[in-house]
Amino acid sequence: MIPGRFDYHQPDSLSAALTLLNDLGDDARVIAGGHSLIPMMKLRLAMPEHLVDLKAITDLKHITVRDGVISIGAMTTQAELIASAELTLAAPIVRETALQIADPQIRYQGTIGGNVANGDPGNDMPALMQCLDAEFQLSGLDGQRTVKARDFYEAAYFTARDDLEILTEVTFPTCSGGYAYEKQKRKIGDYATAAAAVLLTRGADGSCSHASIALTNLADTPIFCEDASSGLMSAGVDDASIAAAVTSCIDIIDPVDDNRGPAAFKKHAAGIVLKSAIDTAWSRA
Amino acid sequence: MTKATISLNVNGQTLETQAEPRELLIHVLREQLEITGPHIGCETSHCGACTVEIDGRSVKSCTLFAVQAQGTEITTIEGLGDPDKLHVLQEKFKEHHGLQCGFCTPGMITRAHRLLIENPNPTEEEVRFGISGNLCRCTGYQNIVKAIMAAASELNQTEVA
Repeated sequence: MIPGRFDYHQPDSLSAALTLLNDLGDDARVIAGGHSLIPMMKLRLAMPEHLVDLKAITDLKHITVRDGVISIGAMTTQAELIASAELTLAAPIVRETALQIADPQIRYQGTIGGNVANGDPGNDMPALMQCLDAEFQLSGLDGQRTVKARDFYEAAYFTARDDLEILTEVTFPTCSGGYAYEKQKRKIGDYATAAAAVLLTRGADGSCSHASIALTNLADTPIFCEDASSGLMSAGVDDASIAAAVTSCIDIIDPVDDNRGPAAFKKHAAGIVLKSAIDTAWSRA
Repeated sequence: MTKATISLNVNGQTLETQAEPRELLIHVLREQLEITGPHIGCETSHCGACTVEIDGRSVKSCTLFAVQAQGTEITTIEGLGDPDKLHVLQEKFKEHHGLQCGFCTPGMITRAHRLLIENPNPTEEEVRFGISGNLCRCTGYQNIVKAIMAAASELNQTEVA
């Protein structure tokens, strides 16, 4: 399990990292926590000639909550997300999700930026970011741009990020309502067989004033379930509307047969985790 | 692809070696620095036998290039205790039969050490969740969990005293 040869670079600023990427072109890959890339390099499914490690760029590691907006630097680890009391107060669904990623050792290394930017359909943060309607900040040598999480994912491992750009930060609004991230997996450390992120806000009159649902590992991208979300908002949350939301979500997912089970089983599992997530989120709303 | 000079503080000792960027930390620790406590189990980030502590984080040293650990402080099982003076965790693993073949034990104890620093008084469920990145194929985990709970209890008593 020895990766192919490469040169290692550890720039200490974002501009130095972007310049390196630009100079090295297609032969370079950015590395964050490395827990997706290094296994691929060990299998020689990835053979970059240059690794640009972002670990020394201190500007990329921060969690701030200000004026109802949460900003998280790309190099913030899952363990740091879990440990942040301020973040957990402002958006408890982030901690709930991060705790279901991989295992403790991997959460010390794995970063939010790597998780959202890699484009692996098995990663948990992309659906969460779509559920939260997050925005991703992308930096290139020519400047910065913002892409919504709901517009970022194109296909497995293909995203709106250009190869010469670095995803630097995710931002999303604080959330005060009910929440749940439910994940069916074969064992700790596994990717989801099916997982659902749900946010629900209960209005003063008992209606559902805000709903947002997104799903993990049930298609080649995360799936934001727009119709199901708006359906719960217009119909309110009851047994019939939950069943309709679940049906609507299952209709738009496209899981594939693999070692986690046949597609029909995954649709079945998706229905169960989604219903459970909606029930939990509403009970907390 | 020239070798880089890597300086690591391992168990309180500053060690220097040369490694290619592609060399994994576990290989450099074991083959160059002759620190063979951390084991190579699956070599695929699953089993946790290679767990070491790096700057206060439990890390699977098969999933980190040695060059990435430049300048860090690393603790391995060798740094926790020795045959003449076992660490409390080692004592309790012995006492509670928390090992059979022993292959997972260095990683298990190194991970448990960090867990108890972060959560000195864990519930059984928290211990199980905390060691969920370490696989044991012999014990069924019961005695490992008992040993860690017993170590926590003894460490807490020592602190009070």
